[in-house]
Amino acid sequence: MSSNALAMPTPLAAEHGVLLAQFAAAADASGLLWASGYLAGVARSLGAPAAAHAPAPTVTPATVLYGSQTGNARRAAEALHAKLEAAGLPARLLRADAYPLRELKDERLLYIAISTQGDGDPPDDALALVDFLSGKRAPRLPQLKFAVLALGDSSYPQFCAVGQRIDARLSELGATRVADCANADLDVETIAAPWTAKVVGIAQDVLKPATPPATASLATVVPLRPHAVPQAHGRERPFAAELLANQRITGRGSARDIRHVELSLEGSGLAYEPGDALGVWPRNPPALVDALLAALALDGDAPVAHAGVELSLRDWLSSKREITRLSRPFIARHAAQAGDDALNRVLSPDNATQLASLLDNRQLIDLLDATPAAWNADEFVAALRPLQPRLYSIASSRMAVGEEAHLTDAHVTYDNGHGPRWGAASHFLASREDGARAEVFIEANERFRLPADASRDIVMIGPGTGVAPFRGFVQERRETSASGRNWLLFGNSHARSEFLYQTEWQQALKDGSLHRLDLAFSRDQAEKIYVQQRLREHGRELYAWLENGAHVYVCGALAMGKDVHAALLEVIARERGVDADAAAGYLAALQVQGRYARDVY
Amino acid sequence: MSAHSVEDIKQSSARLRGTLLQSLANPLTGALADDDQTLIKYHGSYQQDDRDLREERRRQKLEPDYSFMIRTRTPGGVVSPAQWLKLDAIATTYAGRGLRITTRQAFQFHGVIKTRLKPTMRAINAALVDTLAACGDVNRNVVVAANPLLSPLHATVHAQAAALSERLLPNTRAYYEIWLDEQKIAGSGEETEPVYGERYLPRKFKIAFAVPPTNDADVFANDLGFIAIIEDDQLVGYNVSVGGGMGATHGDPETYPRLAEVIGFVAPEQVQDIAIAVVTAQRDFGNRAVRKRARLKYTIDDRGIDWFKDEVERRAGFPLGPARPFSFDHNGDRFGWVEGHDGRWHLTLRIPAGRIVDGALDGRGPALTHLSGLREIATLLDTDACDAQFRMTPNQNLVIAGVPAGQRERIDALVRAHALDAHAHASGLRLNALACVSLPTCGLAMAEAERYLPGLLDKAELLLDRHGLRDAQIHLRISGCPNGCSRPYLGEIALVGKAPGRYNLMLGADHRGQRLNTLHRENIEEAAILSELDALFARYANERMPNQHFGDFLVANSIIAIDEDNIRHAIPLEPVA
Repeated sequence: MSSNALAMPTPLAAEHGVLLAQFAAAADASGLLWASGYLAGVARSLGAPAAAHAPAPTVTPATVLYGSQTGNARRAAEALHAKLEAAGLPARLLRADAYPLRELKDERLLYIAISTQGDGDPPDDALALVDFLSGKRAPRLPQLKFAVLALGDSSYPQFCAVGQRIDARLSELGATRVADCANADLDVETIAAPWTAKVVGIAQDVLKPATPPATASLATVVPLRPHAVPQAHGRERPFAAELLANQRITGRGSARDIRHVELSLEGSGLAYEPGDALGVWPRNPPALVDALLAALALDGDAPVAHAGVELSLRDWLSSKREITRLSRPFIARHAAQAGDDALNRVLSPDNATQLASLLDNRQLIDLLDATPAAWNADEFVAALRPLQPRLYSIASSRMAVGEEAHLTDAHVTYDNGHGPRWGAASHFLASREDGARAEVFIEANERFRLPADASRDIVMIGPGTGVAPFRGFVQERRETSASGRNWLLFGNSHARSEFLYQTEWQQALKDGSLHRLDLAFSRDQAEKIYVQQRLREHGRELYAWLENGAHVYVCGALAMGKDVHAALLEVIARERGVDADAAAGYLAALQVQGRYARDVY
Repeated sequence: MSAHSVEDIKQSSARLRGTLLQSLANPLTGALADDDQTLIKYHGSYQQDDRDLREERRRQKLEPDYSFMIRTRTPGGVVSPAQWLKLDAIATTYAGRGLRITTRQAFQFHGVIKTRLKPTMRAINAALVDTLAACGDVNRNVVVAANPLLSPLHATVHAQAAALSERLLPNTRAYYEIWLDEQKIAGSGEETEPVYGERYLPRKFKIAFAVPPTNDADVFANDLGFIAIIEDDQLVGYNVSVGGGMGATHGDPETYPRLAEVIGFVAPEQVQDIAIAVVTAQRDFGNRAVRKRARLKYTIDDRGIDWFKDEVERRAGFPLGPARPFSFDHNGDRFGWVEGHDGRWHLTLRIPAGRIVDGALDGRGPALTHLSGLREIATLLDTDACDAQFRMTPNQNLVIAGVPAGQRERIDALVRAHALDAHAHASGLRLNALACVSLPTCGLAMAEAERYLPGLLDKAELLLDRHGLRDAQIHLRISGCPNGCSRPYLGEIALVGKAPGRYNLMLGADHRGQRLNTLHRENIEEAAILSELDALFARYANERMPNQHFGDFLVANSIIAIDEDNIRHAIPLEPVA
């Protein structure tokens, strides 16, 4: 047995090396990440910079940046970073908006994992990075070697566009591409895993001769959850949470079935902060699985092996594969399988709207019914995307509800003319009864946090189910007796039936934990009124709050987020008496300061 | 319960304005501020909520499903065909439960949400109907006999009642400012209220005009009554009755229903002066400390009828004449067509519980087309006989009055097509039944009333059939609480709600509105109600005298005993020698 259990030279005492190796073998990626931050913190608290104990690194460490909206890019970046460290390579991991842009010109090796939002937009946390790179001030980067992992959804026309643009731009700035831009679809791992292996290998070459590892990079790791306890459950090891309540909170007369869902986290060790999301692994509706099996004339009990896992076809379809959302790749495969020219034509670039409509209004079962094709079970499972967890903004504060997490679930249910259709997770949750269980995990959202300074005012803009995190915010601020004022802007279609959490907000106004509530019910009058109109109407006051240091939060639909953004710019320009550019600068500064946070989907 | 007393709210309301404008504009709730909930009554509206949905919405984290009932001020319940069409459109556009005829000849619109309140009020006023003082501690809608037999006399009495209604309106401009955007003028909020004063009356005040021999107005149930005295086909004046009222509180012997007493006679031109004298006497001497003892009936009982008569005469500045002989023969409606003096025809239709609705109310019972049917009739009349009238009766029924003979056939066809012809085949019990609104909208309701009536009648009719009593004209009145909107204490059979599914069974009123009933069985459920009725029907069928009404039979056979205080004898036409 080697005197040092870590396969590399370290400054550790032998027994410490063994302990660390044991820990490293047992912990998962997030545990390792957390520990790295924790240890760095401990080192700092000893008053001795960790680096002082190590020989000064002779090379600049690799930098792994991510821009992430739903956590996929972050996870890919974390995995890459962990692998680099495991390989003994110096590396630091940074969220894009925490990256000092001036360091870019000195970088040697830069890996970026970045997602693309619906219309080809960057995630919020990468807005500044993308702006900087595409702008005139971007430096020449002849010294830089880089690779980009682009994430996206191939069903949208702008698939992976942001990552591809960054990839092209870095090259344009003189940097050297060490690996082709990888375009990962919703089944991220399929592309991300080989890309990661490849770029880790490249890093070994680029960073050679490696110095005795790690300490330098450890010190620069951004501790992602400095106060959190390591969590026993995560995305890949979800906790089976008991459903405590599943209550419709839209009244009669509302066409929307919105549920307040309460889940018990008791015994899970799961901890969350207001603003975090709860990931839910859905199970697909049994009736839909049956319908698919019938449409395919396949035996649900037949065993299917795929990617080293063997399950019955029914199990694959129930819990491992997306069967509610259609995807472009599947449509392409199905068109080939069916030999259907009409379907193939839908996929051509000229028919983008037709494809979008197909993706929006039809589900897998509709496609199988409309365009029958012969599939065998193995190929069918392989062609479908892996089932993804759905993320819900948590609508509670642990300080108020203890070991529970509350969600606001808009039950996606409609009849598209061919029968009832559902959203996988929303239907899964809405159809659970008390006592049932759901597999869940916490997805931290560091960018959506209450101000550390409790005396700061907050403005919460959350129409529809976007109000969810603000229920948690107000609970938290009440429980902590935060002295800052809380202003909520909420909207929906109808006041009478869709004023979500109405009685709670009324109570909060009464007890002083909510200071102001402005409402926009779009269909209660002839002209449609939305929250952004309220922002404009109360622009003077809003601006006064901003000038007073308020933090602004926006949660809800993507389109709303854009409209609100425009309204904010308009208010700032008007109240500040400046032009659009200056208003944009003001708002961008708020964003950099962490005072303008968005959680839009 | 409001934070402070109704008396304080009235006094500090700036003449019934309060913070109604702010309450209406507040988007956070479909309700009004507490005090404004009291004040809006004077504007003719009650805040209510759908009690069927209360618990469901509590779980949905939604406030109660607040909405407003709006009641019209329609003295004598008369509207033109054109007005009918407008009110129908309002009910269809803004309200949720059709048009409802009250026992005081008003329309009620139910389920108007706060944001639609003002447009609804404006639309009602645009139909030349208002709602001012339809509720609250003021003179309410004035009831007038709907008697269709005597057209010229009805017109005279109706005009007198309408003039009195106008005379007793509050002076405040609050109503016009809030609902009709009238500009505020100097003195707004400080208007003088010569009749009412700044605290208005201690309690609601009800006036009725009856035309013997029909007491469809149930004149003795009113604080103030005018009984038309007709001599040689001419109206010579009115007997004046005071101190009637139905309301009581379960288990509180300090409260009770009371019949009005006749205190004298006035000439037609003295009606307003005597009314003002009665109203102001009650204003000054009514009990403002104990609200449930604030009606005029208690003022009179506490101080004596002689004192009250003196006080009224002193205020009026003239003595009342001796009461003239009169007699009532019944207090129901006569259904079907009758010909008036002028050769025009009047059709009285049975409207179950006064509810005129299309579809099945709350999904209960058969889907009706009554609202559509009456719309077609109103359209017909508006085109071909625009001086015809729709007259609501105090028994929740509807008279289509002043129809030229040539229109009868077409109206009959519409009546049949829309099943508005219950009067042609329903049992006597069904034709004479009254029910208040009660659940789900009334905040006072303890048990179902309107919605319970059809099912109860179905079962009671089986009993009647068994005893051969289908055509017996028996008065049944159901009230969801003891306040008595359906005048239950004047029912030969009455059910007064105590709790869901439980009622006090009261028996023994007469057929003329001159004798209160009495409690027979307390707090019983349907099975016990039906078994009581079955036994009584059996005896009535076997032992009654010819033409003996059910209530009279019960009293005559000592099945129930009525206290002499609860009986008002008519003043006989032929003095007893």
